[in-house]
Amino acid sequence: MNVLMNVRELIKAHGDIEREVYLDFENSGPVLPEVIEAMLPYLRERGYGNPTITHKPGWEAYEAIMEASEEIAGYIKASSFEELHFTHSDTEANNIALLGGFSANRKLGRRVVISKIEPLSILFPAQMMRKNGVEVVEVPVNNEGFVLENELLKAVDDETVIVSIGLVNHEIGTIQPIKELVEVVKERNPCTLFHTDASDAYGRIPFDVRELGVDMATLCSYKIQGPRDIGALYVREGVKIDRILEGPLGTESLWPGLENVPGIVGFQMASRLAFENLHEKARRLKGFRDMLITEILEKIPETILNGPRGDRRAPDNVNISFLRCEGEALTIELSLRGVYVSSGSACTRRLLQPSHVLLAIGRKYEEAHGSVLMKLSSKHGFEDIQYVLKVLPQAVGRLRSISPF
Amino acid sequence: MSRVPLPYSQKILELFRNPKNLGKLEDATVMAMAGSPACGDLIAIYLKVDDREVVEKATFESYGCAANIATASVLTEIVKGKRLPEVWRIGWKEVAKEVGGLPSVKLHCGILATGALRRAIRNFYRKRGLKPDWMPEGLTLEERQALEEEKLAEVLSKRLKLE
Repeated sequence: MNVLMNVRELIKAHGDIEREVYLDFENSGPVLPEVIEAMLPYLRERGYGNPTITHKPGWEAYEAIMEASEEIAGYIKASSFEELHFTHSDTEANNIALLGGFSANRKLGRRVVISKIEPLSILFPAQMMRKNGVEVVEVPVNNEGFVLENELLKAVDDETVIVSIGLVNHEIGTIQPIKELVEVVKERNPCTLFHTDASDAYGRIPFDVRELGVDMATLCSYKIQGPRDIGALYVREGVKIDRILEGPLGTESLWPGLENVPGIVGFQMASRLAFENLHEKARRLKGFRDMLITEILEKIPETILNGPRGDRRAPDNVNISFLRCEGEALTIELSLRGVYVSSGSACTRRLLQPSHVLLAIGRKYEEAHGSVLMKLSSKHGFEDIQYVLKVLPQAVGRLRSISPF
Repeated sequence: MSRVPLPYSQKILELFRNPKNLGKLEDATVMAMAGSPACGDLIAIYLKVDDREVVEKATFESYGCAANIATASVLTEIVKGKRLPEVWRIGWKEVAKEVGGLPSVKLHCGILATGALRRAIRNFYRKRGLKPDWMPEGLTLEERQALEEEKLAEVLSKRLKLE
């Protein structure tokens, strides 16, 4: 099969589209022009040196990394820029937190506790640890995706080294009351470290790592339209973490290798843009989000909202199941109409299993297969939302007309 | 969520957009289903067969991905005008070839459509109390695969309920 030819034909088949609305910021997205502008000098003429070497281009790189650390640390209210560590991605940051955090603190015990709705960059390393003899407990959530506190309390014991629960769920937008959960955990076992994957919270909702009381937090660049292949791990001062990769150390003690300076500078600029008028942008996003949710549930029959409503839901997240509609077919049908979304259907993955998050909140298989995730950006306008609301019923209608039930 | 951009062939996309022989066949001689909503793939095949055991018309309905819809469309085209013993010999590989190849993770979609077709043919003879000598007693690969997929979905959803 000629894969490349196929892909080219698929792209061509879209032809002239009336409007394009990109709603898949969960999985990737365009980098903002201001971010690209900020990065370009660091690719071309400035800071191209290795920051650990003693010459001017190296010191320029060093300066850029320190400035970015300071600014980003400020957005999450870290005590110092030294608590912020750049990583190659949010996936890597999650892996370091779990694997490196456990390794450095293994004398504290043999258990790791996560929730059932963590992203695969937490779930899979945890499963790997289980294979290596670590006790891994997955705490259930309620039908809106909130961690059950009594179950969490039961799961944490004297031997629990790390608890990892995401601040905002990547699929259904549940904003977890992390501060309360940290209190529950620390009261039971003050030695237990608390990590939160804040990839979907950073730049969308304000949070303060000291107020939350977490020991580690993962940040992500591409989800706020910064460059990909860059992320960060906040590690509270005094918390020990082992490296999970070895090699020549640079400005970081957490991972070896040459720093991605243009990426770091881009991440800094994307953060600055995201935090500018954060409250106002969140209010606008919530308006669009609720318009989509209300109109879709009202106008399209047999639809279910996945995740909570209102202020307990991330401002950019819309996740709806369309019954009698298979999700992969729906993503293609919508793509041909210029609306780009993702789905929790098994068919969009390499497994027969649909989204573990949707199953964990009690969705049936057929409900999970028909789910669509839309993530809004502050660049979207009213016309974009109207266009989605126009083509969605057409796409769903056509697929339902094909279905035997 | 969705991460693997599946390189579907242009033919699959075309048939996904404009499938042939779509819909319930009101005067069908026989029908069969394979898959289940729980697998995320359900296909119904309708056949109108004449006295000489020739397929006059075949249609389908599908709840499934683009590959599922495209393979069903192709299959219902191929069988037209053929006698049932000949139709029986159509394997999933032939169907996959006809749609311009299926991505490996989507092979089961082609198998499911063929499985539904073989079930329909079995139903046709069962209804007539006939046992043609060319038809194997045991399930063929395509039928087994359909059954396995249905069972797996059932097991997985049961496991879910227990938790």
